[in-house]
Amino acid sequence: MPQMNMVQAINDALRHEMRRDSRVVVLGEDVGKVGGVFRVTQGLFDEFGDDRVIDTPLSENGIVGAAIGMALYGLVPIPEIQFADFIYPAYDQIVSELAKYRYRSGGEYPSKLVIRTPVGGGIRGGHYHSQSPEAQFIHVPGLKVVCPSNPADAKGLLLSSIRDPDPVLFFEPKRIYRAAKGDVPDGDYTVPLGQAKVVRPGWHVTLVVWGAMLYEALDAANQAAAQGIECEVIDLRTLWPLDIDTVIESVKRTGRFIVVHEAPKSCGLGAELVALVNEKAFLHLEAPPLRITGFDTPFPYTLENEYLPLSHRILPAILEMARY
Amino acid sequence: MSLTITPTAALATVWNAVLPPEISAMTTLTNGDDLHLSLYRKMFQIRRFEEEAARAYAQSKIGGFLHLYIGQEPIAVGASAALRPDDYVMTTYRDHGLALARGMTPRAAMAELYGKVTGCSKGLGGSMHFFDKEHNMLGGYGIVGGHIPIAVGTAFASKYRGEDRVSMVFFGEGAVSIGDFHEGMSLAALWKLPIVFVCENNEYAMGTPLSRTLSVEDVSLKALAYGMERDRFNSEHVLQVRDRLGEAIARARTHSEPTLVEIRTYRFRGHSMSDPGKYRTKEELEERKKKDVLLRSRIELEEKGHKAALEAIDKEVEDEIADAVRFAEESPEPGPEVLEPTTYAGPFAR
Repeated sequence: MPQMNMVQAINDALRHEMRRDSRVVVLGEDVGKVGGVFRVTQGLFDEFGDDRVIDTPLSENGIVGAAIGMALYGLVPIPEIQFADFIYPAYDQIVSELAKYRYRSGGEYPSKLVIRTPVGGGIRGGHYHSQSPEAQFIHVPGLKVVCPSNPADAKGLLLSSIRDPDPVLFFEPKRIYRAAKGDVPDGDYTVPLGQAKVVRPGWHVTLVVWGAMLYEALDAANQAAAQGIECEVIDLRTLWPLDIDTVIESVKRTGRFIVVHEAPKSCGLGAELVALVNEKAFLHLEAPPLRITGFDTPFPYTLENEYLPLSHRILPAILEMARY
Repeated sequence: MSLTITPTAALATVWNAVLPPEISAMTTLTNGDDLHLSLYRKMFQIRRFEEEAARAYAQSKIGGFLHLYIGQEPIAVGASAALRPDDYVMTTYRDHGLALARGMTPRAAMAELYGKVTGCSKGLGGSMHFFDKEHNMLGGYGIVGGHIPIAVGTAFASKYRGEDRVSMVFFGEGAVSIGDFHEGMSLAALWKLPIVFVCENNEYAMGTPLSRTLSVEDVSLKALAYGMERDRFNSEHVLQVRDRLGEAIARARTHSEPTLVEIRTYRFRGHSMSDPGKYRTKEELEERKKKDVLLRSRIELEEKGHKAALEAIDKEVEDEIADAVRFAEESPEPGPEVLEPTTYAGPFAR
């Protein structure tokens, strides 16, 4: 099984599906000859040509709008938005049109496409190249939202997303694009959407996390273990629809729930998870559920390691919760 | 008719553009009276459909918003006569006319207005959001301009597949100030796509006259910036609309070249049913109603000796519309169970 990083694994998935299905096209800013700002689409232009790997103008609303039209005609477009922070010009197309197509056509037309976009902090990108806007899409009925944490999941989840009948936002944590490495199965490999993964079994505290912060949670969990506290770490993988059963099953065993995410705290996905934990496991709780998140501020350039919920912020919360 | 226009000449046009005298001489009409009669029938069907819809709205049988196409019928009907059934069309929230022109039954249209499960979108869309897969009418859109890039996408897919289906997208002059218009035009011109952009310029962006919303009143000039072909004319006759749009459609189908067509028209009703239209004078409205293309078609056909045929059409259409209203009233509403499967494909419990 070949070793790959996230960039290579996503590239492998795109190449695999483009070879398999001529309906699949990739479009976005610099995705063609340049291979994308993070080189995720590198080499696809040479193999598939300029009518399948399409360089576009800087025109996010146009890119996503045109992709919706392509999908209605029966193509399978995979637009790339260069940074998740640049998705807002296309927000109208995503929210008003893409998410509502199945509904507004009385169930006749899905608008099936996958929007890929790098997400999150960790590259000192400041307030326009670091944000994590997943909750703003989770709040829109009709969309699915995915965020892988490792190369194998990136490939498997991307192939599942492309083949899923609903529109998917595929967030790629740029902090670990090249840092996360691992074995990636050759050829056709899918990971089902809507299934979380227990990455580290434990029985004292449930830690729910996704994307790049998984490694911070694991680091904190390992440090906590040295002090006798065993955390169960769950990688959500698909952020919507939620695999709430896996989370609740764990919380019922541990009685303690912490959710970690990069996005600001208020009205983030963590808030929804806490609400669901309260609804479904209230009588099992030994301590108030807790969110360890980014701040309710713009994403800072210079205070990145304070803003991000890194292990130095997660560990004390675990210890405190275990003592509660 | 030449479509090429030099920038200098274009600028001169801008300075001179007070308002559309007769912007263009009427093109030679083609085909015989049979076609004219059938297109008249369609226009009349739309007119009567909307008059009855307005009545039902006044009786609160139709909720929400209702934007009438009355006065603009020759555009949707002329366009549909020029298009092939497998071509794609998309339009604004003022969408009843285009849907009927493309062949949606008055029953499916009226039931949608009533929010009934027998409507074209199972009653989930309502007036502004018709959808008709069978007739390749990919919707009316409630977000102004939002559909323009989407039509660019269907045009792209047609070219990608090596097919010759044309996409035609309709919007008002109010939409050309929205970013979607620019982004759609820009991509269509860049990729040389088989699409026709039809600006139905009815002179009012909701309640504001175009002199107060556009710095350059000649919308078609915007094509120049994209290196796109353009055309501009007054809607004066349904066959004229068919022929002029036919040229743009042929350019799209044969050469995969986009065109921006501005058609000057006028709506006789308010922006929506809740708009009393106080921003224009009674005199202006009466003057424009004298130029009602539908009425002029009828007079022309009467003069040509088709009185009996027109009377037969009257009766057929009245019966059709009465049947549609009855059908809509008697149809059931959808139950809440329709919501989940139309939001996501699979089960979505949480």
